[in-house]
Amino acid sequence: MTKYITVIGLEVHAELKTKSKAFCSCSTEFGGAPNTHICPVCLGMPGALPVLNEQVVEFAIRAGLALNCDIKYFNKFDRKNYFYPDLSKNYQISQFDKPICLNGYIDVDVDGVEKRIGITRIHMEEDAGKLVHSGGNISTSDFSAVDYNRAGVPLIEIVSEPDMRSAEEARAYLENLKAILEYTDVCDCKMQEGSLRCDANISLMPEGATEFGTRAEVKNLNSFRALVRAIEYEVERQKEILENGGRVIQETRTWDDANGKTLSMRSKEEAHDYRYFSEPDLVPVELDDAWVERIRAELPELPAQRQARLIAELGLPKYDASIIVSNKAMAEYFDEAVKTTKDAKGIANWLLGDVSAYLNNEGITISEFKVAPAHLAELVNLTKEGVLSSKLAKKVFAEMLKGDKSPKILVRELGLEQVSDEGAIMKLVEEILAENPQSVADFKAGKERAIGFLVGQIMKKSKGKANPTMVQAMLKEKMQ
Amino acid sequence: MKVTAQDVKYIAQLSRLIVPEADLEKSTEEFNQILNYADILQKIDTTGIEPTPYVLPISNALRKDVAKEGVTHEEALLNAPEVYNDGFKVPRVIE
Repeated sequence: MTKYITVIGLEVHAELKTKSKAFCSCSTEFGGAPNTHICPVCLGMPGALPVLNEQVVEFAIRAGLALNCDIKYFNKFDRKNYFYPDLSKNYQISQFDKPICLNGYIDVDVDGVEKRIGITRIHMEEDAGKLVHSGGNISTSDFSAVDYNRAGVPLIEIVSEPDMRSAEEARAYLENLKAILEYTDVCDCKMQEGSLRCDANISLMPEGATEFGTRAEVKNLNSFRALVRAIEYEVERQKEILENGGRVIQETRTWDDANGKTLSMRSKEEAHDYRYFSEPDLVPVELDDAWVERIRAELPELPAQRQARLIAELGLPKYDASIIVSNKAMAEYFDEAVKTTKDAKGIANWLLGDVSAYLNNEGITISEFKVAPAHLAELVNLTKEGVLSSKLAKKVFAEMLKGDKSPKILVRELGLEQVSDEGAIMKLVEEILAENPQSVADFKAGKERAIGFLVGQIMKKSKGKANPTMVQAMLKEKMQ
Repeated sequence: MKVTAQDVKYIAQLSRLIVPEADLEKSTEEFNQILNYADILQKIDTTGIEPTPYVLPISNALRKDVAKEGVTHEEALLNAPEVYNDGFKVPRVIE
């Protein structure tokens, strides 16, 4: 049987975090009542003229630099013509033959294997309005209602090279891209709100072939999970067609998340005949060294640099560092916490363990996490200093989630301080030894395991507060 | 360069224009007259000359990123032939 190689390229649309739209001054605020952030320009009224928002150019350059692109100094806009009601003008203002950024890349790491994924181009364009279909489904609806609040919101479209060979590589690319867009603060990357959207071009080619197969473009991928599932589905669908001697049709398909499949999408549009031409209502944008270099100098620390710093300066394992930096808010929380503790690994353990479990359980992000970074650091310090056993630390953590009390106060209030007082522990040791002569005899007869039982008894009697290391040492000493 | 009546129909469709069958021959001829002129222009040697999408020596007409009120919801929908749930009602978009 023929083996097939999967070839994937992603087109990602990121809404830029500007206050106003790309070509008019309407607000970009998300979630307004339908048709409330609109004006003659974004409604496509005859005679209305677009004026470019300078922040759009600023953000596009910043994203391009962070994604290792060449920044093109001469920029113009073009009209992409098509009739579809989500665009009031019957064209979208975009960039066609002179995109602002070319030839970038992102390095990804899948199961320890590093790979460079090329970025073909990044261009600036405007978002379209939103169609709400009657009956809730595009295929069965009789009519649709258009909301133009999103029409004219600035986007950058980031087009990758067809460099990915598996769903996991595509996911890693998208995760890295999202993190970079978050770090540079150009996009809020809320996939569920549509501020970061992903289309995937997927094709198969027989192993050893030199030319790519015919691709399907899958739209409507609103989550990482949808991306992975859609790729896996498409690979199986196309494989079946090819194995039965058929041919894959080049087409746009939509991901149906509820049913876990991609569906062919035929719109009334003439197939991709966009008749691009230069937008006559906008003049060119010409960049210069001063502009680009100022933005380069202002770039924040990026995920890859941050990961390198966490590993080199704080000694975190690569795995821990990669997870922490992939989420900007988590990385900031981490940086804040390590200001007041030397135990960076301790903080990482909490963030990757109990904190993440709590966040997942509550369905919230770390931005909404109530425990202050300094309090988590204090908890780590108390454990490190031996005041709390790890078991009791979890108990204190559970209490910390209920309010804003510091761990030190909670330890006192709950009476949880670990007992490290030699006299007190000796008293416990003597009591337990007196109560368990058989175990003492077993230990003396060479049964090392007996000591575990005795430690357990002491911990139980002290309600978990005795310092287990000291208990162990003193037990041994007493029984020698 | 010659276009056929079929090309004219297609281009009209892309632009949502209706060209009556009776006018098709005349439209095709007019199309070709325009294209013949383009043919003359295309004979000029433009090797090494950058395309000139803009003739005015102006660039960087930019606006600060400040949000302002546009028109009201009610004003905007005055232009809608039909309104549904505060939106512009449009016919079915999929075949």
